[in-house]
Amino acid sequence: MTTIQAQGLTLSYGQKPIFSNLDVVVPPGKITVFIGSNGCGKSTLLRSLARLLKPQEGSILLDGSDIAKLSSKEVARRLAILPQGPAAPEGLTVHQLVKQGRYPYQSWLQQWSREDELLVKKALELTHMNELAGRSVDSLSGGQRQRAWIAMTLAQNTRTILLDEPTTYLDMTHQIEILDLLFELNEQEQRTIVMVLHDINLACRYAHHIVAVKDGQIYAQGKPETVMNEQLIRDVFDMECQMSTDPLFGTPLCIPYGKGRKLELAAAATASSAR
Amino acid sequence: MDILATPTKKTSVLAAGLLLMAVGIVCSIAFGVTNIGWRTIVESFTAFNGSQEHLIIQTARMPRAFIAALVGAGLAVAGAFMQGITRNQLASPSLFGINAGAAFFIVTGAAFFGAGGLTTFATLAFAGAAVTAVLVYVLGSIGNDGLTPLKITLAGAAITAFFSSLSLGVLLTGGQTFDQVLYWFVGSVSGRDMGIFKAAAPYMGTALVGSFLLARHMNVLSLGDDVAVGLGQKTAYIKLAAGVIVVLLAGGAVSMAGPIAFVGIIVPHLVRYLVGIDYRWVIPYCAVYGGNLLLAADIGSRYIAFPKEIPVGVMTAIIGVPFFVYIARKGGRS
Repeated sequence: MTTIQAQGLTLSYGQKPIFSNLDVVVPPGKITVFIGSNGCGKSTLLRSLARLLKPQEGSILLDGSDIAKLSSKEVARRLAILPQGPAAPEGLTVHQLVKQGRYPYQSWLQQWSREDELLVKKALELTHMNELAGRSVDSLSGGQRQRAWIAMTLAQNTRTILLDEPTTYLDMTHQIEILDLLFELNEQEQRTIVMVLHDINLACRYAHHIVAVKDGQIYAQGKPETVMNEQLIRDVFDMECQMSTDPLFGTPLCIPYGKGRKLELAAAATASSAR
Repeated sequence: MDILATPTKKTSVLAAGLLLMAVGIVCSIAFGVTNIGWRTIVESFTAFNGSQEHLIIQTARMPRAFIAALVGAGLAVAGAFMQGITRNQLASPSLFGINAGAAFFIVTGAAFFGAGGLTTFATLAFAGAAVTAVLVYVLGSIGNDGLTPLKITLAGAAITAFFSSLSLGVLLTGGQTFDQVLYWFVGSVSGRDMGIFKAAAPYMGTALVGSFLLARHMNVLSLGDDVAVGLGQKTAYIKLAAGVIVVLLAGGAVSMAGPIAFVGIIVPHLVRYLVGIDYRWVIPYCAVYGGNLLLAADIGSRYIAFPKEIPVGVMTAIIGVPFFVYIARKGGRS
């Protein structure tokens, strides 16, 4: 089982420090979700884990070895990263895109093998992109496009997949579609999934392990049902809320306070029981 | 998406392009202001006798044909790489100042330092192309948002104007070398001998071979830096290699033919229209059809104001400007 962890991570953008001496362990075979307010460093943390950013100090360990000392292709065979809002060049087909996922397995001598072909086919099947394989990526809807990119990372055939805000800019239908797909990949293939999500309630529903990041520190981590509470939301998101339970899934549900139309609660209860 | 959808069609049209290139070279040697019969042409190769006609074929038309083919190929491939790396569909050696920079180095070398040897010209052109490429890349990358298509285009336009003005200044002050210097203002493939072709061809040939080998990596890089790094690519090496290829191709082209505009922008766009965006097809197509375009433009340049010839650089501008406007109107997308 592939494990990934950060040890004593220190990273800054120019003068501005993002993390200092941060430790994180990602549980293998599980879905881990990073949450936190904008600019808290959750994306930076994910990008560091994927070696897209070089830490000033500390290291990322992949199966116990320092990621900086492994060859980049070796890392790419064990860990895939889908950055936020990737852009495919105009005219690139889904099939062409997914084939690029085999890049870390190719060399001057080994250009395209039968295994490459099979894994591309499997990635298209798992993401239900078979029928769209010939379409150009830029002609697809947001959800389909994200599925195409996920298919590319699947073709990489890694035990671990990192995704930076895979549901941002998608409507709710497509958010669920993408998260269901990732959930299935985790259930059926035991892939380790690590992602950044903005929606706290969906994070609680899909994550086995949640990491709440605040000002470059890990505020809390663990199972959503044990770590999520009103105090955490107040401290991490600077927001007042009431914690409840998702009536469909039994997972924590955060209901924010704020302004808005307020119906008489008795009337609302009647209205809902009448349905 | 792409007109030539299957690999078979792509291969056939590429082979046809090579055949067309052979025909183009033969036509370029056979047709011109001086009418020379086929038999005399063949004899100039098999039984050279030093006659005026044989001399025209061997020392003027043959180098001209080969130079046109190689320069066209080089500029088109350089354009394709530049468009890929800068993610800017308007990028090309002429618009981003690389041709102007290479020409400026040659002009200055010739006017002030008495540079004259063929290898010297080639070296100066490579140096000028390299300096300009670095300059434009750095200018286009200054600021927090790094390299953006708009900034690099502005940097390219500024540097083009800068080096063109400097070259003009050299032209006005370096009076005695006027003719020699003027030669490098408008691109032309006529009046060059085989020596200059032999001086630049090894570098450009190496760069073309390198460009075929780099094609697969360019496909990955075109998905964006983050995705490319995620797939295990050492993007800095690939960009550096592509930069060196651009400098060798554009520098070599300028050392032979001066700054010829628009080939580097027209050909990659037409090629993508034919074969899509896979660099493994785009690069060989650019090489073959870039060469063909310049061969055709050069043959045309002999007849458009017959019996006077106009420089091929003027021809490519006449063809290129409407095309450029068309691309710009489409928002820089191919």
